[in-house]
Amino acid sequence: MKRHLLEAADLDRDDATLVLDTAAQIDQALAGREVKKLPTLRGRTVVNLFYEDSTRTRISFELAAKRLSADVINFSAKGSSVSKGESLKDTALTLEAMGADAVVVRHSSSGAPHRLANWVRGSVVNAGDGTHEHPTQALLDAYTIRQRLGRVEGVRVAIVGDVLHSRVARSNVGLLHTLGAEVTLVAPPTLLPVGVGSWPAEVSYDLDAVLPKVDVVMMLRVQAERMNASFFPSAREYSRRYGLDARRMGALPDDAIVMHPGPMNRGMEIAAEVADSARSTIVEQVANGVSTRMAVLYLLLGGAPQ
Amino acid sequence: MASSAQPARNAAPSSGDPSPGSVLSAADVARMVDRMAHQLIERAATDADAGDTTAGLANLVLVGIPTRGAPLARRLAARIEAFSGVTVDVATVDITLYRDDLRRRGVRALEPTELPAGGIDDRLVVLVDDVLYSGRSVRAALDALRDLGRPKAVQLAVLVDRGHRELPIRADLVGKNLPTSRTQKVSVRLVETDGVDEVLVTEERVAGRVDEP
Repeated sequence: MKRHLLEAADLDRDDATLVLDTAAQIDQALAGREVKKLPTLRGRTVVNLFYEDSTRTRISFELAAKRLSADVINFSAKGSSVSKGESLKDTALTLEAMGADAVVVRHSSSGAPHRLANWVRGSVVNAGDGTHEHPTQALLDAYTIRQRLGRVEGVRVAIVGDVLHSRVARSNVGLLHTLGAEVTLVAPPTLLPVGVGSWPAEVSYDLDAVLPKVDVVMMLRVQAERMNASFFPSAREYSRRYGLDARRMGALPDDAIVMHPGPMNRGMEIAAEVADSARSTIVEQVANGVSTRMAVLYLLLGGAPQ
Repeated sequence: MASSAQPARNAAPSSGDPSPGSVLSAADVARMVDRMAHQLIERAATDADAGDTTAGLANLVLVGIPTRGAPLARRLAARIEAFSGVTVDVATVDITLYRDDLRRRGVRALEPTELPAGGIDDRLVVLVDDVLYSGRSVRAALDALRDLGRPKAVQLAVLVDRGHRELPIRADLVGKNLPTSRTQKVSVRLVETDGVDEVLVTEERVAGRVDEP
C-alpha cells in the first residue's frame, strides 16, 4: 500500500481487496466481544482535521482509531486558530510538531489532502475533499456490496443523482471499476461533470430504464450547499425523474440493494419507505464504515514508519 | 510461524522425497500428533473439576494460532475423537493485531478468528502452535485471549520447541524438542498449508531477513 490514501486510484486491486479482507477479519474478530478494543496502534496519534461539517465520517474515524488504541485528536475549523486566519500549511506543521502519525483530513477544497501530503511526515487519509474524492466511503460501500451480494466482481451498480458535486460518486466509480464491477451513472445532464465520457462507467439519463438491470442502486445526496446555479427546475421535478420511491424500487431485481452514503434528504432523492426498507443498507454502511476505517488505519499505520 | 534452527541430527526420512534439511518426516509428525492427543486425553482424565474423561474433554477448547496452529488444532481434535469418541471444540485466534513487532516487521494480512458458540469463559483452553521460539507469539495470544473471555486455565501445546525463549513462557505439551542455533530456520510444513507434512531445519540466514520469533 502507498503511505497515503488520497483517492481511489491509490489502491490497486490487490490493495483494495486486502483492505476489504482485513475489515472482514476485524469484524469477525470483534463480533460478540465485550471488549471491542485492539492494542494494535497503541502510542500512535491520529489527528482528525475537519474543515467541513461531518457527522458520520468524523465519528467513524474517531471510533476506528480508538478501537485500535490510537490517541485521537479532533480538530475542527470552528473554534480553532483557523478562524484567526491560520493557513492549512501552518496548521499542518503545528500538528506535525506535536507528533501526529496520521492526519485524517476533510476540506471543502478539492486537492487539499494532496497538498497536505507534501507537508507532513505521517500518513494522510482523505476523508472527503470538495467535489473530488472520498476513498474510505467507496471502500465501505464496496465492503457492504460484498457482504450483501457475496462479490463485487461483475456486480452491476447504478450511481444516481448529483454526480457533478459528488466525491462519493467519483471515488466509487474508480474503486468499483478497479474491483471489476460495472458502473452506470444516472443523472440529469446538468448534474454530470464535464469529461464524464472518459470515466470507466456508462452514462444514462433514464432511471426507469436502468433500474431493472442493476444489482445495486446507490443514491447520491442532492448537495444544495454546493449548488450555485439552478441545475434542475424544481425539487419536485428532480424527485419525480430521479428520486427512488417505492414504485421504482419495485422495478429492481429481487435481491438488489439500495445504498445511500448519507446524510439523506428524505422525500427528495430517496423516499422514506425506501430508506427504511429491507433492501436498504444505509445503517449497515455506517457500521461497516468503522471496520473499513480500522482496516485502513491498521494497514497505513500498523507497520514501520517510513 | 516457523523459524530458524539447525538440526541436532540429520534424520533419515521414512518415506517419500525429503526436502533438503528435513529432520522430521510425515510419519514422525503423525506420531507426534497422536502422542499429544493421548496426552490431552490423559490430562482431561485427571482434571479433578470435571469428574471423568468425557466431561474433561468436553470442557476443552483447542485454540490454534494461525497459520499452522489452526490445522494442527483440527488434527489434534480429530485424533482425540478417534481415540476417545469425544468431539472437542476447535477455535482459531489471530494474533496479528496483538503482536509487539508490527512496527519492526510491517503489517500483514489478518487471518480468521473463530470461537466456539459459547465462548471460552470457564473452559480449559489449550493454545496450539507449530513452533515455539521466542515466546512472543504466545504472549500475543495470551493478550488476545484476555480480550475474548476468561478461561478456567490456559495451556500451551507446540509441535516443535526450538529453544531461545525471550519471555518466561514454556509449553505444557511438546511434540519434539529441537535444539537449534539462532542462525537456523525451522519450518514446519503441513499438508493443509504446504501440501506435505515435514519439519525442516536449514541454515538459510538470508541477508536482511528478520527471523520471525
